[in-house]
Amino acid sequence: MIAPLFKFGYFGDEFSLIIAVLIGIGFGFFLERAGFGSSTKLAAQFYFYDMTVLKVMFTAIVTAMVGLLYFGWLGILDLTLVSVNQTYLVSQIVGGLILGVGFVIGGYCPGTSVVACATGKKDAMVFVLGVLFGIFVFGELYSYIFEPIMDLSAMGRVLLPDVLHLSYGLVVFLVVVMAIGAFILAEYVEKKLVLKKGK
Amino acid sequence: MDQSLINDKPTKYMNPYLAGIGLGLVLLASFVVMGRGLGASGAFSTLIAAGTNIVSPEHAKSNAYFSEYLGLNLSETLKDWLLFEVIGVVIGGFVSGLFAGRIKLKTDKGPNISNGKRYLFAFIGGGLMGVGAKIARGCTSGQALTGGASLAFGSWVFMMMVFAGGYMFAYFIRRQWR
Repeated sequence: MIAPLFKFGYFGDEFSLIIAVLIGIGFGFFLERAGFGSSTKLAAQFYFYDMTVLKVMFTAIVTAMVGLLYFGWLGILDLTLVSVNQTYLVSQIVGGLILGVGFVIGGYCPGTSVVACATGKKDAMVFVLGVLFGIFVFGELYSYIFEPIMDLSAMGRVLLPDVLHLSYGLVVFLVVVMAIGAFILAEYVEKKLVLKKGK
Repeated sequence: MDQSLINDKPTKYMNPYLAGIGLGLVLLASFVVMGRGLGASGAFSTLIAAGTNIVSPEHAKSNAYFSEYLGLNLSETLKDWLLFEVIGVVIGGFVSGLFAGRIKLKTDKGPNISNGKRYLFAFIGGGLMGVGAKIARGCTSGQALTGGASLAFGSWVFMMMVFAGGYMFAYFIRRQWR
């Protein structure tokens, strides 16, 4: 096993920041290519007439997920050294709902708003100020409101295979099948709405 | 065909599946090289913590949340992986926009809403995003995309909740977009 390269000590903290910029460049590039620098395009996902968000997101997830499995299977990548988000059901449910509402009201998420700022969208610049303000308020009220709910239902490192009692490979396969189903549905819904618009 | 770097007319967006594969490969590279995924909201937290610390060091250090983001000094605080990654996102987004002829100062909004109202909603939406991302310990990048690909249970729950929240509220805000 040689990867994750950083965890095996192939380079240090300072160099990892250069890697961060390079990875960020790739991230920003493809977000902009996909059209995610536009709030009207992003928000359209929630009205079913442009399902690009779903298509890009699930394709990206499937690509990286299959890649992880493959590199792990080849014995190049030690999957146990790849950091995995811990599960805190209450905070992830509450936070996710608030984020979804914020997404459809604001038209961006934090990452896409950065791309939109870079391409000159004034609404995205206001959105970023909103995010900064939101984080400031969160931090100021942290010990009064948020701290008590943050660690409720802390479950640690739980993966979908653990919850479903299925093997890792089988879950990967099922996610791929689900994604393909979602793509077919998305194409169908988009076509239907375009026909309706044409009339 | 015009082959200049800055096109007069914006080119079409990339095929979503191709863009998704590109994005997925970037995420995979991050996993393989760094052992971690992508993020965005964490960089904003670092900026706010650093800013608060500049205005009032005592206040920032006594705050249970901001103090987590503070290093020994300002430069240590700013040597944050996600902050550098987001600097890259700015560059990557700009370069892609430049090649596609999409760099333009404008307000992106639906046809039936004034600029002022669009800014108001952008600020409110952004504020909710900030709070929501902090509660959930990540946003669409750090939780949904990264956690989704590494099959983290809580991240999948989070992703479903984002779509649920968006679709549930979409009706009430439809006049902003249509």
